[in-house]
Amino acid sequence: MDAEITLTVDGAARTLTVDTRTTLLDALRERLGVTSPKKGCDHGQCGACTVLLDGDRALPCLALAVAHDGAEITTADGLAADGELHPVQQAFIDRDAFQCGYCTPGQVCSAVGVLAEVDRGWPSHATEDLTADPQLTHDEVAERMSGNLCRCGAYVNIVPAVQQAGGVQA
Amino acid sequence: MTDLLEPRAIGRDLARRDGVAKVRGTATYAFETPVEHPAYAHPVQATVARGRVTAVDTSAAEALDGVLVVLTPSTAERLASTDDAELAVLQTDEVGFRGQLVGVVVAETSELARQAADLVRVAYEERQHDSVLSVDRDDLYAPEQVNAGHETDTAEGDVGAAMASAAVALERTYSTAMYHNNPLEPHATTALWDPAAEVPLTLWDSTQGVHPDRATVCRVLGLEERQVRVVCPYIGGGFGSKGTPHANVVLAAMAARALPGRPVKLALTRQQMFSLAGYRTPTIQQVQLAADRSGRLSAIAIDVVEQTSRIKEFAEQTGVPTRMMYASPNRRTTHRLAALDVPVPSWMRAPGECPGMFGPEVALDELADELGLDPVDLRIRNEPEVDPETGKPWSSRHLVECLREGAQRFGWADRPAPRHRDGAWLVGTGVASSVYPTMRQATSTARIRYADGRYVAEIGAADLGTGTWTTLPQVAADALGVDVDDVEVRIGDTEYPIASVAGGSSGLNTWGSALVVAAREFRGKFGRRPEDGDEATGDVDQAAQDEDHAAYAFGAQFVEARVHADTGEVRVPRLLGVFACGRIVNPRTARSQFVGGMTMGLSMALHENSVWDPQVGQVANHDLAEYHVTVNADVGDVQAHWLDEHDPYVNAMGSKGIGEIGIVGTAAAVVNAVHRATGVRVRDLPVTLDKLLTGLD
Repeated sequence: MDAEITLTVDGAARTLTVDTRTTLLDALRERLGVTSPKKGCDHGQCGACTVLLDGDRALPCLALAVAHDGAEITTADGLAADGELHPVQQAFIDRDAFQCGYCTPGQVCSAVGVLAEVDRGWPSHATEDLTADPQLTHDEVAERMSGNLCRCGAYVNIVPAVQQAGGVQA
Repeated sequence: MTDLLEPRAIGRDLARRDGVAKVRGTATYAFETPVEHPAYAHPVQATVARGRVTAVDTSAAEALDGVLVVLTPSTAERLASTDDAELAVLQTDEVGFRGQLVGVVVAETSELARQAADLVRVAYEERQHDSVLSVDRDDLYAPEQVNAGHETDTAEGDVGAAMASAAVALERTYSTAMYHNNPLEPHATTALWDPAAEVPLTLWDSTQGVHPDRATVCRVLGLEERQVRVVCPYIGGGFGSKGTPHANVVLAAMAARALPGRPVKLALTRQQMFSLAGYRTPTIQQVQLAADRSGRLSAIAIDVVEQTSRIKEFAEQTGVPTRMMYASPNRRTTHRLAALDVPVPSWMRAPGECPGMFGPEVALDELADELGLDPVDLRIRNEPEVDPETGKPWSSRHLVECLREGAQRFGWADRPAPRHRDGAWLVGTGVASSVYPTMRQATSTARIRYADGRYVAEIGAADLGTGTWTTLPQVAADALGVDVDDVEVRIGDTEYPIASVAGGSSGLNTWGSALVVAAREFRGKFGRRPEDGDEATGDVDQAAQDEDHAAYAFGAQFVEARVHADTGEVRVPRLLGVFACGRIVNPRTARSQFVGGMTMGLSMALHENSVWDPQVGQVANHDLAEYHVTVNADVGDVQAHWLDEHDPYVNAMGSKGIGEIGIVGTAAAVVNAVHRATGVRVRDLPVTLDKLLTGLD
C-alpha cells in the first residue's frame, strides 16, 4: 500500500509517495536522495542514521515514514545549510573526531541533541546529582553519546569535540 | 638506503581534507551514488549449513508487481572463473555454509526486493554439518602456506629439550574468539551494466582497493580490465573485510548484467555481513616458554589451531610474530587448520599479529610472575640484536625505548600491588608489546600533472578513514618541493593509475613511494617551471628497495584495569601506547589511527565475540545489539605517543605504516592488567564477568 506524505527536510518541504512499509530512513535515502543519514544496521543498534526529528535526536531506521507525515527533519547536512558549519561540526574537524566518516553525520546530530538535552537539564545514567543542572563532563558526554557506535574508535576525540561545541574547555 | 625527503609538509598537523564532506554527510559512499532510476537487489541465503539445493520456486516472488529479476543457481549466468569458490556465486547447487548465496531478487524498491526474497522457496537436501573447531580433531591439516605467503611451520634448535632442562618452563593454552570486522558502512555496491558503452560495467563499490577489486571481478566475469570501472572515493571502514571482494560484489554485478542499462544497488544487511563479508578465525594457541632464573628465554614456541571454510582456504598467520619478536636459541611455530562448514574467514585488522601476539604476550606475563620479574624488564632482557628469523639487522627497532617511555609516561614504577583494592574495585596494571611488519606492495603508479598553477596527483588509492586524502598531498608536496596547498590528490577510481590494496598498513608506504618517484621524474623532465599539461608518472618498483634489513614497527601498550570485586565488571580507565613507526606524516590522523586501533583492541579484549551456534551452524549474535563493540562510555583515557624514529631504509618518507599496530598487543595488556587486579588469569578471550567471578573472594 502506498501513501502520500510531506516531510520538511533541511528546511525544504518535500512531498512523496511511500510504501507504508518504508522506514523514514529509506524514505530519505532512497526516495528523496537525502543520504546524509547513514544506514549501518537498520535496527536502531548503531546510531549512524541519527537525525533531528521535530528538534529531538531520533533514529529514522526505527520510524515508519507514513507515521511522520508533516514532520520536520534536520540532517547533518542541514545543520550547515547556509554553508557555515555548525559548531559541533567544526569541533569534530578540529578534534579529528572521525575517521571513515560513516558514523559521523549521526554522531553530529546526536551531539546537537545531547547539547540541547543538557541545556534542558535532562539527567542521564551518569548524572550523579539529579537535582543539579547536568554538566558536560567526560562521563556525561560519553554516556549520552553511547548510542552512536564508531568502529574506527574515535570516541576519545568525540567527547572533547562535543565539550568544545558546548563551550567547555576540554 | 633511500633518499629521504626533507619534511616540510610531512609532519604537519593538518585537518582532514575530506572533513567538511564527512561532518555534513555529503561524502558519497557506494550505495549512495546518485544514479538515474535505480533498482534494488536483495540476496537469498541458504538456510542449511551443508547440503544441496534441490528445487527453487520463484513463482510467488515473480508474481509481485515491481519484481524485475530473480536469479537462482539454475538461471544465473555462467561465470568465466569458478576457481575461487567463495566468488563462484550461484554456479552450483552445493551449499557449503549457512548464509551462502542461493539467489537474488531485483525489484523497483528495496521493500519489494526484500519481500520477494522472502518469497523465494528453496528446497534442500540437507547433510550433517561439521562446524566446531577444537584441538582434538583428527582432521587438522597443515596448509601449504599461511596468509601473506609465510611458511606454515618453522623450527630451530630443540624446544622439547630446552623445556626439559630449563629452570622455568611454562606451557599454556590460549584462545581468541571469532571476530567480525563490522565496518559501520555495510558492504555495498551500485552496479551498472551498459553493454553498448565503451566501459560496459561500472561498480561504485565499497572497497579498500579499486584496482584489485576490478582485477578480481574481471577474472570472475571474464571481462577485460578496460571494460570495467570501479569507483570508491570514500569507504565507511573496512578493517580488512573490504580488502578482497566478497560474494556480494559478484552478485551485484550479476544482478546488473541481468538488467542492462538499469543501475542496481545492493547493500548487505548487518545480519548478512556475518556470513558473507569475512571474519577473523577463532584461534587456539599452545604456547611454550623456557627460561633461566634471570628471565632469559631458551625456548619459545607457538602451535596454532584455527579454522577455515571447507569451500575456500584462508590460513591466518597467527604464529608468525613469534618467529621474530624475542631472542631465543630454540624456537618453533606451527599452524594447523580445520576445514569446516563455516563462512569463509579473511583479513581483519592485523591478521596474524593481532591474535598471534595475544597468547605469547600473556605467557610472558605469566613467566614474569613465576620468576618474580617486572614484565617490562623481562621483555627488555629478551631483546634480539638481529632478526631471529632471518639473521638480518633491523632497519630500526625501538621496542625497548617504547617500553621504557611507556612505563615512564604511565607511571608503571608506582603500579599498585597485586589485588590492590580501591573501595569496591580491584585495580591492576598490565603491559604487552606490539609489532607490525613494514610492507610495501609491488604495484602502484602515480601520475602528476601541472595545471592552472597547481599540481594534480592521481592514483587509485583508498582512504578508509586512514587519512589518505590528506597525507598523500603532504608526501607529494615535499617530493615536489611545493606548498601542500598547491597539490591536489585524486584517489579511489580505476580511471587513475593502478594502486595496491589498502592493507597490511602498506598504503602510504606504497602509494607515497610511487608519488615520490613521479615527483622526481616530473622535476627531472620539467624543472621548477613547468607548463600547463606537463605530466610525469612514477612506479613504486622504481623506488629504492632495501632487502638487507628486517623492517618492523614496534610498540608497547600499558593498561589500567579496574574489576568490581562483587560483580566482576571490568572497566579500563587508562590505555596508553608508545609506538616506534618511523616518521609520522600527519600527527593528527596518525594519532587517530593508533587510538582507534587500541580502542578496537580493548573491544577485542572485553566485548567482541561471535558466538557460534553449532546446532544451526551460524553466528547466533549476528547483529550490533548482541555482537558488542566498544561504545563511548566503555572508553576512558586513551593515549598514543610515538618516538621520533628515523629509519633510512624503509622508503623515502621514512614511514612504517600505522593502521594496524594499535590493535596488536592491546588485548594481552588488558588480560595482564586484569590478572594483576584479581589474580585470575583469563586465557580465553573475551574477558567476561563469568570468567572472573569464580576467582574473586
